[in-house]
Amino acid sequence: MTGPHTIGETVRVSAGLPPGHVRTPLFLRGRTGVGIRHFGDFPNPERLAYGLSGLPKLHLYQVLFRMDEAWADEAGKEGVEDGAYAPGDTVAADIYETWLEPL
Amino acid sequence: MSPHDHTDDHTHDHHHGDAAGHDHTTFQPDIKEPSEDWEFLEIALRELLIEKGVLSAREIQDEIEAWENKSPEGGARIVARAWTDDAYRQRLLADGNAAVGELGFTVEALKLVALENTETLHHMVVCTLCSCYPRPLLGVPPLWYKSREYRSRTVREPRAVLKEFGTELPVTTEVRVVDSTADCRYLVIPRRPEGTEGLSETALAALVSRDSMIGTAEAFSSDGKRNIL
Repeated sequence: MTGPHTIGETVRVSAGLPPGHVRTPLFLRGRTGVGIRHFGDFPNPERLAYGLSGLPKLHLYQVLFRMDEAWADEAGKEGVEDGAYAPGDTVAADIYETWLEPL
Repeated sequence: MSPHDHTDDHTHDHHHGDAAGHDHTTFQPDIKEPSEDWEFLEIALRELLIEKGVLSAREIQDEIEAWENKSPEGGARIVARAWTDDAYRQRLLADGNAAVGELGFTVEALKLVALENTETLHHMVVCTLCSCYPRPLLGVPPLWYKSREYRSRTVREPRAVLKEFGTELPVTTEVRVVDSTADCRYLVIPRRPEGTEGLSETALAALVSRDSMIGTAEAFSSDGKRNIL
């Protein structure tokens, strides 16, 4: 059971700004990456934070983003020129299924 | 009166040569009263647990002490085993919790994920949302790991941050910043230094620095010195 997404699948992180306790970093909202790992299912932290059961559990994925995609709006090539990151550098984050949209 | 005659009522308008305009009567209180919600919550919860006999004050202190006594030597033992025992390395990469359990470590309720650094892939761990850290294996995190600077800059300019740690990697090596945003805790397995083939597992563990398991540095070289690339 690997949940709604597959390894190697291109996914987009929801750009939503819901209130409350969320575990999806703001800098990755609306960004496109690739699912590289499925970690299993875990109680939903957005419900656990309010004393609820967190059930049903959510599938958790590690999603890999290129640096120049993660910072496309404000950095792009300047990031490479500044030595902030190299063209092949990446950032990976753990994101629950409810935040991921297939492309 | 002379410029520094302080026997009067102290209503002078000059400065003493230090920061201007400070009030001589205001001191920092010796004991700061709690003011934040979390401070009241911690005190209330702790006092209730003690009052109701759930935990004693001593048991709480013992737990704090036990956590403060954990150190990166734990993680270093795991890395040294992975360097010397290929079957263990594969078990560690496949199921971190079970593999560290073999060496007597428990990572409860969280998924422990080991990340192996290679010539072409360098992992560097951060928690941008808070300060998640594999405490059972590395102990209490360094202050910089919890700082806003490290947390915000590492995902934005990882190579600039690495450089400040003395770590410069070729552009042919992918720097992969791993943001510990959820239920996983990450342990980096640094590259085994060259020329260490004859070293014992214990000697190897001494080369595995804390920072090399966070990914801000490499392991020490075979003579115990900092690896400068």
